[in-house]
Amino acid sequence: MKKFLSITLCALLAVSLLVGCGQNANQPEQGNTATESDEIKIGVNYELSGEVATYGQSSVDGIELAIKQVNEAGGVNGKKIKLVKYDNKSEPSEATSIATKLITQDKVVAVLGPATSGSFKATIPVAMSNKVPVASGSATADDVTVDASGVKEFAFRICFNDSYQGTAMATYAKTKFNATKAALISDSSSDYAKGLAENFIKTFEGDGGTIVAHESYVSGDTDFNAIITNIKSKQFDVLFVPGYYNEAGLIIKQVRDQGINVPVLGADGFDSPVLLELAGAKALNDVYFSNHYSSLDQDPLVQEFIEDFKAEYNREPDAFNALGYDLANFVVDGIKRTADLTSENLQKSLASTTDFKGVTGSFSIDENNNPVKAIVVVGLKDGQQHSSEKVSN
Amino acid sequence: MEQFLQQVINGISLGSIYALVALGYTMVYGIINLINFAHCDIYMIGAYVGYYCMTFLGLGVFASLVISMAACVVIGVAIEKIAYKPLRNSPRITVLITAIGVSLFLEYVTMFFMKANVRSYPPLTGILAENINLGSIFISMKQILIVVITIVLVVLLQIIVRHTKLGKAMRAVSLDKDAAELMGINVNNTISFTFALGSALAGAAGVLVGIYYNSINPLMGVIPGLKAFVAAVFGGIGLIPGAFIGGYFIGAVEVFVAGYGNSMYRDAVVFAILIVILIVKPAGLLGKNTREKV
Repeated sequence: MKKFLSITLCALLAVSLLVGCGQNANQPEQGNTATESDEIKIGVNYELSGEVATYGQSSVDGIELAIKQVNEAGGVNGKKIKLVKYDNKSEPSEATSIATKLITQDKVVAVLGPATSGSFKATIPVAMSNKVPVASGSATADDVTVDASGVKEFAFRICFNDSYQGTAMATYAKTKFNATKAALISDSSSDYAKGLAENFIKTFEGDGGTIVAHESYVSGDTDFNAIITNIKSKQFDVLFVPGYYNEAGLIIKQVRDQGINVPVLGADGFDSPVLLELAGAKALNDVYFSNHYSSLDQDPLVQEFIEDFKAEYNREPDAFNALGYDLANFVVDGIKRTADLTSENLQKSLASTTDFKGVTGSFSIDENNNPVKAIVVVGLKDGQQHSSEKVSN
Repeated sequence: MEQFLQQVINGISLGSIYALVALGYTMVYGIINLINFAHCDIYMIGAYVGYYCMTFLGLGVFASLVISMAACVVIGVAIEKIAYKPLRNSPRITVLITAIGVSLFLEYVTMFFMKANVRSYPPLTGILAENINLGSIFISMKQILIVVITIVLVVLLQIIVRHTKLGKAMRAVSLDKDAAELMGINVNNTISFTFALGSALAGAAGVLVGIYYNSINPLMGVIPGLKAFVAAVFGGIGLIPGAFIGGYFIGAVEVFVAGYGNSMYRDAVVFAILIVILIVKPAGLLGKNTREKV
């Protein structure tokens, strides 16, 4: 009797294994489909810890607010959106493995993030080979969605790129400060800062200006006194600091400590509350940086977003919050316009986005999967956002 | 000339930090022939303790400095008792690898509890936030604070090592451990005491770096630790004055390479110095060449 029981149990076990196989065999080979359940899964692959954690955390706050609003309004075509969230620790290799996990195991229809260009680029090969769209709100490097080998159809972004920011800041230096001489302190270890510096120099020199000093540092440095002392002996009208807030905050502090009072220009890498913590309010005067959004914008759409955000998180939204919010809505908008929801069809809908109205400005997606939109230059006074100007080239 | 003086000031401030950390390396090496790779992480923990005291307990600079040094003493001695003491009679390579393990352990435990993000010290107030302005040369009170505290601590260390019984015991153990034991010196306590002294200096360096650069993270010890190690080797590892001189030398080299050469090469130059010293004069600037007994 005992023997019979064990044989039956073994047989049952074997059959259940086969059933499992049968289900797997029905999965499509490529691309992910929204399953029959009443949920649509979107992957979230962000820098929740590590070097640039505040970008990731801010983006995710914006994304979560957007998705919460979408779900409260009844979801998309009767289905709720579910976010599957992982931390990539600000490391490109980790970002790749999380993208793979989201796409192949969690079967998401699209992946949001990472926030920085390097990590985002690391996820694109996974997206291309599995035919699942990945979208970033803040990967600004020039060659993110298109490079020498052509357009990467499954990679999208909703922010302008570095050459545009570098060019815009050079033009801003020229028109606002009548600058003819500029000095640069740039991060030589990131594609982002290299792109910014290159384009700033090209435009500034193209307009007849001179670059009197160009110093470099690598991410993680804390002592800039030597290079600042070196540039101090030269005359210049503006100082351009392409880089991220961790080092930029320290550079601005040390620059002001050494008595250099020229305007300091930067790009969206400055946009973090950590900049104020590192540099201190006293040093953050006459500091201008290009950005995607400013809370000083009077557009009703922006004001409504600010109120909703304050109600949810009890603080003012920054640009990464706004970009995260727009990014989630951009993908949801794509899902709404996709009749038969598979990741491949979603890619087509996203690529054909026109006149999307977001809090970081309205945009359409061009043939290179980049948005066409304007830039905002934010001015700081005592560490607080004081002025904002829309600039276009 | 003004630029040169400004660079000298920058170099002295940076060199003070290296000197404090290098002293810990050199004392531990002098006494048990171990390159204590965990030392640079004690410096990091010192920075975090100082951060905690100043941010959450609202303590002043000096109170934070003292608490941080005390905390580092406890951690330094605990590491010695738990990780190194059981290996006292093992081959040197075993202890060295243990030190690397302890170093990684401290880094990633801190990362687990404090997260990997950069933290910043609260802004200083009062006189410490001021800058002194001599013509076009700027000296911040923070730089003065760093140099003064470093010198005070080094003088204290010299007094302890030269004029106290414990210091005498330390010197005896570093000369010959077995003979010292035969003379009735408690070798284990002496080694613990050495770790305590080195860790206290590293803790102080951590807080000073936090105040000076205002930016700390769990991996902040790695590169300064290696440079302080180079400083210790440069001055002659095992020799306290050597570490002090080496620290200032490395600080100055770094600043001058960045200021007059290319800032991209400053780390490379420091490590090139290590290689040159190991080839040309392995005993270091103040060291005498002694034959190792085989």
